[in-house]
Parts: sequence; structure tokens; C-alpha cells
Amino acid sequence: MSSQLGRCTSLAGGALLVLLGCSGTADRPAETAEQTSSLPSRVPVTTTDSSGDDGQWIMPARNYASTRYSSLTQITAQNVAQLQLAWTFSTGLTRGHEAAPLVVENTMYIVTPFPNYLYALDLTQPGAPTKWTYKPDPALASQGVACCDLVNRGAAYWDGKIYFNSLDATTHAVDAKTGKSVWRTRVGDINKGESTTMAPLVVKGKVLVGNSGGEFGIRGWLTALDANTGKLAWRAYTTGPDQDVLIGSRFKPFYSQDRGKDLGVSTWPGDAWKIGGGGVWGWISYDPDLDLIYYGTANPGPWNPDVRPGDNKWTAAMFARDPDNGEAVWAYQWSPHDLFDYDGVNELVLLDLPIKGQTRKVLIRPERDGYIYVLDRTTGEVLSADPYGYITTTKGIDLKTGRPIEVPEKAPQTGKVVREICPAAPGTKDWQPSSYSPRTGLLYIPHQNLCQDEEGVEANYIAGTPYVAAIVKMYAGPGGHRGELTAWNPLQRKAAWKIKEKFPVWSGTVVTAGDVVFYGTMDGWFKALNARDGTELWRFKVGSGIVGQPIVYRGPDGKEYVAVLSGVGGWAGAVVAGGLDVRDSSAALGFVNAMKDLPQATTKGGMLYVFALP
Amino acid sequence: MAFNRPFGSFASLRMTIASLRMTIFATTVLTLVGCQREERNFQGMPPSATSTMPATRQTGLQPGPPVRSGPMNGPYEQNAYGVSQGKTLYNQFNCSGCHFQGGGGIGPPLMDDQWVYGSSPENIFETIVEGRPNGMPSFGGKISPDQIWQITAYVRSMSGLLRKDVATGRNDDMQVRSQEQAADKAKPVQSVIPPSAERQ
Repeated sequence: MSSQLGRCTSLAGGALLVLLGCSGTADRPAETAEQTSSLPSRVPVTTTDSSGDDGQWIMPARNYASTRYSSLTQITAQNVAQLQLAWTFSTGLTRGHEAAPLVVENTMYIVTPFPNYLYALDLTQPGAPTKWTYKPDPALASQGVACCDLVNRGAAYWDGKIYFNSLDATTHAVDAKTGKSVWRTRVGDINKGESTTMAPLVVKGKVLVGNSGGEFGIRGWLTALDANTGKLAWRAYTTGPDQDVLIGSRFKPFYSQDRGKDLGVSTWPGDAWKIGGGGVWGWISYDPDLDLIYYGTANPGPWNPDVRPGDNKWTAAMFARDPDNGEAVWAYQWSPHDLFDYDGVNELVLLDLPIKGQTRKVLIRPERDGYIYVLDRTTGEVLSADPYGYITTTKGIDLKTGRPIEVPEKAPQTGKVVREICPAAPGTKDWQPSSYSPRTGLLYIPHQNLCQDEEGVEANYIAGTPYVAAIVKMYAGPGGHRGELTAWNPLQRKAAWKIKEKFPVWSGTVVTAGDVVFYGTMDGWFKALNARDGTELWRFKVGSGIVGQPIVYRGPDGKEYVAVLSGVGGWAGAVVAGGLDVRDSSAALGFVNAMKDLPQATTKGGMLYVFALP
Repeated sequence: MAFNRPFGSFASLRMTIASLRMTIFATTVLTLVGCQREERNFQGMPPSATSTMPATRQTGLQPGPPVRSGPMNGPYEQNAYGVSQGKTLYNQFNCSGCHFQGGGGIGPPLMDDQWVYGSSPENIFETIVEGRPNGMPSFGGKISPDQIWQITAYVRSMSGLLRKDVATGRNDDMQVRSQEQAADKAKPVQSVIPPSAERQ
């Protein structure tokens, strides 16, 4: 079976860089990606998106550059108002549905929250009946080590197989045609607090997976498994000696504080690095030209920073690595000695941007700490870092050192309540991925507007139980709205427009060559916006709040479809999915206090919705 | 309890006949309540993983003639000191990491009226000792039975199942909920199996 991904990986790097012209003047969307690239280009923005769009969606981020951009053009800003429901599918489950569906060879694949069923739906038949269901039977006890609802962020397709993780730290390879298990590999131990919630990425025949559990005193890692056998190829730890972090002679970090031997040990007190967190549960991008993978590491543990003086490397950081052997090429730490649970795992969008007269290979990261970083992805140099939300915890990012300029009075301490910490622990943006349109040159960022009060308390490490040591209470930031969708112009380094939402925008976004942005809200509206100015063009009320990732595909009938899972949950929606009690402001790590009215706004229940033009 | 009575009788000697009856009653009640409330058992029970309690039941449905099982009270149900210790232990053993201050998160809420595995002291004791299939760890052999009883009593106080004067009335950390002492009694309801455990 030949897949787009398979072809991509076999191509020479340079051939992959397809110039996708971005034109502010083009009124009519192009019919294909090739035509798009030949449009007059007033703002030359290129991406590593190689899509000569085959209408499939084989990984959650759509492509290795993580643009979540579809070059399909049937649905446009002009006609999206006529969008209609085509068909639905109930998952039968009630926890947070954060995954992106996949579409490969006229089959749709959906991985559900725990117990992580994998459904294959036949798109060639009316109503898309189920072809098969794969049930991985994860350990029930793994529900006790999942910090923030029992979510799963999706699967990935490669060479005839679907890869996904079940919550109990196990990676599965399933035959895409038959639904039979090809292999399964236990990658972690729930008794150490490890679980797996991320969507894997397959690069050059290796399945990349990382662990969750930064609230359980895990030791974070990214692991590469042989895609054909499931055997361990390499594992790169986030903390510990260079040998374990796979730091060797090729390691050339841009900033001086990141150079030195065994910083993953020496920036911690004693053996604290062994239970120091730094999970890898977010997104991975890949640049085939540079042959580097990029991913971020999560928060250090426990949240209470008093017990872990030092920079706590390499937590709340990111790595560029060689996918063949995992060797680190550079690293950058967003939040040295993280104070606020600012995991560094958000999406990394790979673009080639003209900066100061030069085309630079960059990665864009809307980070949890409230800044949009633009890094040179060959060197790890921070080119810019601009705020896209309300921030009280830092005064900016020092571009000379790459370090945030901290506000000391906002640092949480044991036995002291610190108020108005903004952004709150989930950050200005959490895991929910952005999308980027080469046509508009805008990044569509779903995010939140939250602040918190926090008190550090005594930390007590007991393996397999939470290791947080902080009491938190979140609430809406300035303006009172808890969510935003920001369209960010990375060249002008400012927002082109913003949409305010009552609740955090915990869904992903997707943008199309028809200049339409799709996203969902936690109170159950699926919305279409004009990608250029943010005008709302269409909305549809689904059964349960949306925290999933919308996708766009071409069906076997040649029509363009938009699909999204509804089913509220995740950390933000745990109050509904877990039936939590809003009288405790600290419930769900303090998120419940900001979501007390969500149970009135939505109920739980997983359902796929698929839309098309009449 | 016998040790209350001499004090009650002694006090009543100085009283007039008219107030005697009422005073005996009031003082007896106060001391009865008060002494047990303030009782401290420093010996505790020996640490042991094995529960010595009679079998508890997870369901009211019994084959054949119903047989009542076990005593219906834990040792700290009326003991403010034990409940207060339970609150400290609840946080130190990271119960709060999953259930927070009763609102839940990773684990279900403990301040509401919903009980998946039973609300009686024995049910809660066994839940802590044995663990439960959907994520509740088994603490048997990790915490002494005496301390588990203290945690049990505190857990019950979170939804107002203990007397208000036994439940704790202060909090050393950031205020995130009303005091357990102020919690209205939430009449226990047997909850359905949590949604996460649903199987098709």
C-alpha cells in the first residue's frame, strides 16, 4: 500500500519544499496545490507542506510541518453557509474526545478516549458503516494515572498500518485493512505514573511516542519503535545524564546556559531528576530537508518549585533530534525552572519565512507561557517572542539569553498564596493545535484566557500517585471571557484578528484553501470563520462540547467533507466528563473553578459529525 | 460510657432539685460527646495489610435470607481528633492529588452524594485497602489500618456524614471549599459504575 507519508519519506529533502504561494490579493481559491503555488505571491511564505492534496488525512497535523492546512477548495468562504450534516457516528463513550479522525484510502479511522477503541468506517458505503473495531483492552487501573481526563489525541497511518497509544502506556500497530493487531509494545509502567495520550508520529519507519505523567513524578522520554516490529529503536530521556538524554558530539544548543556536561543532572537537587517529570505528550514535527524531528517536553514535577531549585533541564524545553538514532542536535528551554506548569509540548509549525530580508527556516510555537516564539529551526535561536494573551508572570523574553524575564512576586511558594498568576497552569494555550494557511499567511490559534491563585504545599512522592504539591484555583482573565481564537500574522508579529469565546477554545483548528477556518466550542458549536477577517459564516450545534481536532477530506464521491468529534472533556471539560463537584475550587487541579457553568452548557457523549455542501 | 458518669453525678450534687434533671441530662450528653470527641488513641492498631473487618457488601441484593454484615461504625466516626488526623493523612498520602478537596478530578468527588463502592465506613475502608478496578490504588499494607480508619472518617466528613462538631472547622491552606463542618449532609446515593468503565 502506497501512502503519501511513505512517498514523502522516500523523497529527497529538497524536492519536498513545495512553494505554496500566499497571496493577499487572490480572491478565488485555486483548484489544486500546484495552482496555488503558481499564484502571484505578494507575501512569499513557504511551508514544508508537500501536499499535492490527495484528499486524505493520514496524521493529526495533516503533514510533517504541522500546518493542518487542506488545499481542497469546494467549500469556500462564499458557500460555507450552505454546509449541511452528511452523517454521524456515535462512539458510545463519554470521556473527552480530543482525537483527529484519519482518512486513508476511503476509510475513516477514529481512536476514542479510554478504553481506546479504534473504529474503521467505510466511506464508500452510504452512512459510512463500521468495517471493524479494534479493542486494545488497556489496563483499567491506568485510569488512575491520567491527570486530566482519559483522552487520546489520535492515531497515525504509515505503510498499511494504523498506530496509536492506549492509556496504559502501550503502543499498538493495527492492520489498516483487517483491523488485526500487527504488534503491541508496552512502553511505560503505570505503577510509575506513566500513561500515553499523545498521537504517535511515524518518521522514516520509526513510530515516535512519548509518555504522559508530569503530575505523577515520571521521568519523561521520547521513544522510537520500529514501525514494522514494534521493537525499541531508541529512547531519549528528558532528564538525567547526557548518555540517557542522547546528547553527544552533534549537540550544539544556541544559548550558553544550555551547554555543559550532564545538565539534566546538575540542574536538579540530588536525584530529583529521576522523578522530575518532563513528559512528552504533545506534538512532533519533522523537517525531511534538515532530517530533524522537533518536539517539546512537559512541566517539571512537582509543580511546587521550592523542592527543585535549578533550571530542571530538560523539562519545559524542546529538542531537535536525528530521527534515525535520536541524537540531540539542539535544545532550547522555554521555562527554565518552570514555576507554573507551563508544559512545553504544544505544536511546532514549520515554515520558511522572510525575516529581515532573508528566508529563514523557522518553527512557530504558540507557547503555554503566553508568547509566540519564532525559532530558527536549524540552530535553535529565538528570533522573536511576542505575547498573544494576558501575562503577569513574565515581562518578556530576553532574546540575548533566550530566558524569560520573570516577575519574582508571582513565583509560587510553599505556604504562601500567590494571586493573579496569568496565564494559569494550562497556559495561554494548551495542547489544542493551531493551523496555518499559506494563502492568508495567518496562524489560527485556539486558546484560553485564564488566571489562577496558587499555593505550594508539602510534596510527598509516592510512586503511582500524584506529585503536584500545589493548590490551584483558576478563573477568567481580563475581559471575563475564557477562550479566544487568535489569527496571528508571524511576519507582522501581531494578531490580525481575535474571536472571544465564553469557554476556553479547547478544540483544534483547521484551515482550507477555500479560506475557511473551522473550530468547535466547549458549549457545542461547530463554527466556520472567514480565514481573512474572522467573520463567522456558519455554525452548527452538536450534541456535546467540542474538544477534538477537525479535519477536511475528499470522499470517494469527490466531495469535500469536514469532520469533527464532539464529546466534551479533557482537562478543561473534566467537570462534565468526570462528573466533578463545582463546590471544590481546587478540583481537577483548579480548572473546575473556571468551568463551574459548563455543566449547564453541555452534557457528555462522543459523536462524530461529518459535514458537506448539499 | 462509664467514665463519664462520676463527673456528671458529682456536678449535680450542688444543683437545686429543680435544675437537677436537666443538668444531669445536659452534662451527660456534653461529656459523653465531649470525651469521645477529644479521645486520642496513641497506641493505634498494629500496621497490617490484612483487613480484620467482616466482609462488606457492595450490593443490597443477597441470595436467600438477608444477613446483616459487620458493625456499622468506624472507630473515628465521633472523634474530632481522628478526623483531623485523617485530613492531614488524606493530603499526605496524596488522596488529594486525585480527589482534591472533595470535588474530584482524577478520582470521583467525595463531597457529593454519589457513592460507587458504598458510603459506609467499612465500604470506604475496604476501598482504600483493596483499591478499585477503575484507577483507585490499593493502599493495603502501605498505610496502617488505624490511619485508614482516620482517613475514612475524614472522607465521610467531606459530605457531611459526620456530626458537625466532629468534622474539622479549619483549613491551613488556601480556601477552596466551605469547611467540612459546614457541609450539609448529602444523603448517600448508590452511583452507577463510572462512565470510564463502560464496555460495549
